[in-house]
Amino acid sequence: MDTDGDSGENRAGGRVRTAAIAGVRALLLAVAALAGSIVLFVLSVVSIVLVPLGIGIVTTPWVLAAVRGFADWRRLLAVRWSGVRIPPAYRPVPKGANPWERCFRLLGDPAVRRDLLWLPVDMTAGFVTALLPAALLFYPFEGFALAAGLWRVFTDGTHVGWWYGFVPVGGQLSALAAGALGAALLVAGVYTIPFLLRVHFLLARSVLASGQGELAQRVRVLTETRRDAVDTSAAELRRIERDLHDGAQARLVAMGMDLGTIEALIEKDPAKARQLVAQARRSSAEALTELRDLVRGIHPPVLAERGLGDAVRALALRLPIATEVDADLPGRLGEPVEAAAYFAVSEVLTNAVKHSGAGRIWVDLHHTPEHGGMLRIAVTDDGGGGAVIGSGSGLSGVERRLGTFDGVLAVSSPAGGPTMVTMEIPCESS
Amino acid sequence: MRVVLAEDLFLLRDGLVRMLEAFDFEIAAAVESGPELTRALAELRPDVAVVDVRLPPSHTDEGLQCALAARRARPGLPVLVLSQHVEQLYARELLADGTGGVGYLLKDRVFDAEQFIDAVRRVAAGGTAMDPQVIQQLLARRQGDGRPLGRLTPRELEVLELMAQGRSNAAIAGQLVVTERAIAKHTSNIFQKLGLDVSDDDNRRVLAVLAYLDQGR
Repeated sequence: MDTDGDSGENRAGGRVRTAAIAGVRALLLAVAALAGSIVLFVLSVVSIVLVPLGIGIVTTPWVLAAVRGFADWRRLLAVRWSGVRIPPAYRPVPKGANPWERCFRLLGDPAVRRDLLWLPVDMTAGFVTALLPAALLFYPFEGFALAAGLWRVFTDGTHVGWWYGFVPVGGQLSALAAGALGAALLVAGVYTIPFLLRVHFLLARSVLASGQGELAQRVRVLTETRRDAVDTSAAELRRIERDLHDGAQARLVAMGMDLGTIEALIEKDPAKARQLVAQARRSSAEALTELRDLVRGIHPPVLAERGLGDAVRALALRLPIATEVDADLPGRLGEPVEAAAYFAVSEVLTNAVKHSGAGRIWVDLHHTPEHGGMLRIAVTDDGGGGAVIGSGSGLSGVERRLGTFDGVLAVSSPAGGPTMVTMEIPCESS
Repeated sequence: MRVVLAEDLFLLRDGLVRMLEAFDFEIAAAVESGPELTRALAELRPDVAVVDVRLPPSHTDEGLQCALAARRARPGLPVLVLSQHVEQLYARELLADGTGGVGYLLKDRVFDAEQFIDAVRRVAAGGTAMDPQVIQQLLARRQGDGRPLGRLTPRELEVLELMAQGRSNAAIAGQLVVTERAIAKHTSNIFQKLGLDVSDDDNRRVLAVLAYLDQGR
C-alpha cells in the first residue's frame, strides 16, 4: 500500500489506511484471544482432568482438535496480516487409532503441548499485545469527542469530572488538551500499530514454534528427494546392466566364439577363416561403439576432461539446431553437481529440439558466489512455447534430478513462445 | 620417420609401438604422461607425434593441451590425436591455426592398421586426418540448415565426406573404385557448387572444406 506512491500525500494516506486496518484487526484479535483462549483452556483442563475417569479419553481429542484449529487460525492470520510464519509441526495420528491411543498420542505430541501452553499466554500477554494497538487506534477518538463537547456530560466546568489518560478534564480548555493528547496518540499509532500487531504474532510464534517446524519440513523434503535419488540411480544401474549384458558382453562372447572357430579353420579353410577374422573385427568395433555410447550416458568424457562449460558447448555442437552457449564459470564445480547440471541441460535441450520447433537456442551458464554459491542456467529457444512441467515432457524428471541438490527449475513458456527454462543449483566452485 | 608416442595404458602403448615399428617408423619416445610428452616434443623434435587426449597426472584433456601448446611453440608440428570419443569442439581447436599437419581419430581406427598408418603418414606430411564421425556430424549439421549441400549429388557428397577426412584424390578413387580423373571432376563440381576456390594443393583443399563445413557455428 505504501509502495509505489507517486506522491508523499499518497504514501501518507496508505500508511494511515494500513494502520487503521491493523488496528481493527488487533481489536478483533484481542477479543478472540481472550474469549477463545479462556474457553479452550478451561475445556482442555477439564477434559484432561477427566481422563482418569474415562470420559476425558473421548473428549480430549475433540478439544485438542479445536485447540489446534484455533492455533492454525492464528498461524494463518500471522502470515496474512504480518508476514510472520509459524510453521505447524504436529505429528500424524494413525487413521485407525482407537480413542485411547489417539488421546495419548496427542498428549505426547510436543506441538500439542505447546498449543496448551500457549493458551494461557495468549489470554494474558497475547490479549495485552493485541489490545494495545487497538487502543492506539480507538482511544484517540474519545479525546476528540471530549474536545468536541462530550466533557459536558461529566462536568459542569467547576471540578474534574473525567480523566483522559493523564489529563484531568474539568472544562473546555482541558477537554481541548485531551483532544490534543488524542491527536498525538493517533499520530503515534499510525506509525506503531502495524509493528505492535506484529509483536503479538511474534509472541505467539515464540511459544508455538519450536524451530522444529522448518526442520520437519526440511526432513520431509530430504526424505522425498533421497528416495527419488535412490530410485533414479537404481534404475540407471539396471539400464547399464541391461545394456552391457545385451550389447558389449554379447558381442565379446561372439568374438571369442569366432576366434575359436578361426583357430580350428585356419589350416583347413583359410578363406573362411579370413572371413571370420573380418567379422570378429566388426564385432569388436561395434562393441566399442556401444560402450562409448554407454559411457556418454553415464558420465560424458568431455565433462570429465573439460568441465561443464565445454561439455555443454560440445553438446550444443551435436544438436541439429543452431545453439549458442555462453558460459561464465570460474574453475570447476563439484563433480556431482556438474553431472546433474549437464544431464539437466541435455534433457532440456533434447526437449527443445523435439517439441519447440525453434530455429535457435541460447544456453547461458553462470556461477555467482552469493548465498554460498549458486549455479544459474537458462535455456531459451525461439520456438512455439507451451512447455510445461509434468506433461511427460521430461522436465519433471529434470526437476526431480535437481531436487537432490536442492536445485530448482522454472519454466516460462507462453503459447507462441519464447520458452525459457531456468535452473538454479546451490554449489561452490573450486 | 621418428615418432613420439603418448599413451597411458600399457597395452595400447605397447600395441601401437609394435604396429608403428612393423611399418618402419622409429619410436623416438613412448611416454605415458603430459609433462613427459611436453619434454619429449621439445627435446626430440620428432617428425610426428601420436597423442592420447587423456593423460595423467590430471586425467583431463592433458594430451590435447600439450599437443596444442607444442604446436604453438613450433607451428605445423604434425600431431595425430587419438581418443575414445570424438568431439567437434576438439577438432575445431586442432584445426584452428589453419596450418594442417593435424589428425584426430577414434582409437578404434587402429583396428585397420593400413588405414591408420596411412593417416599417420598423411599427418606427418602436413596433411589432415579427421575421423569419419567428426565429418559425419559436420555434414549432418550442415545438411540441416545449409542449402548448398543439398545441391550435391549423392556421389559428390560421398566424395566430399572422404575429402574432408583428409584423403587424397588417389585414395578416394581407390576406395570408391573409380578413376582419379572422375574424382577430380567431382571435386571441381563440389567446389563450384559450394562456392569455394579450387586449389591444386591437397592440404589447402581439405582445410577449406573443413572450414566451410564448420562455419556459422
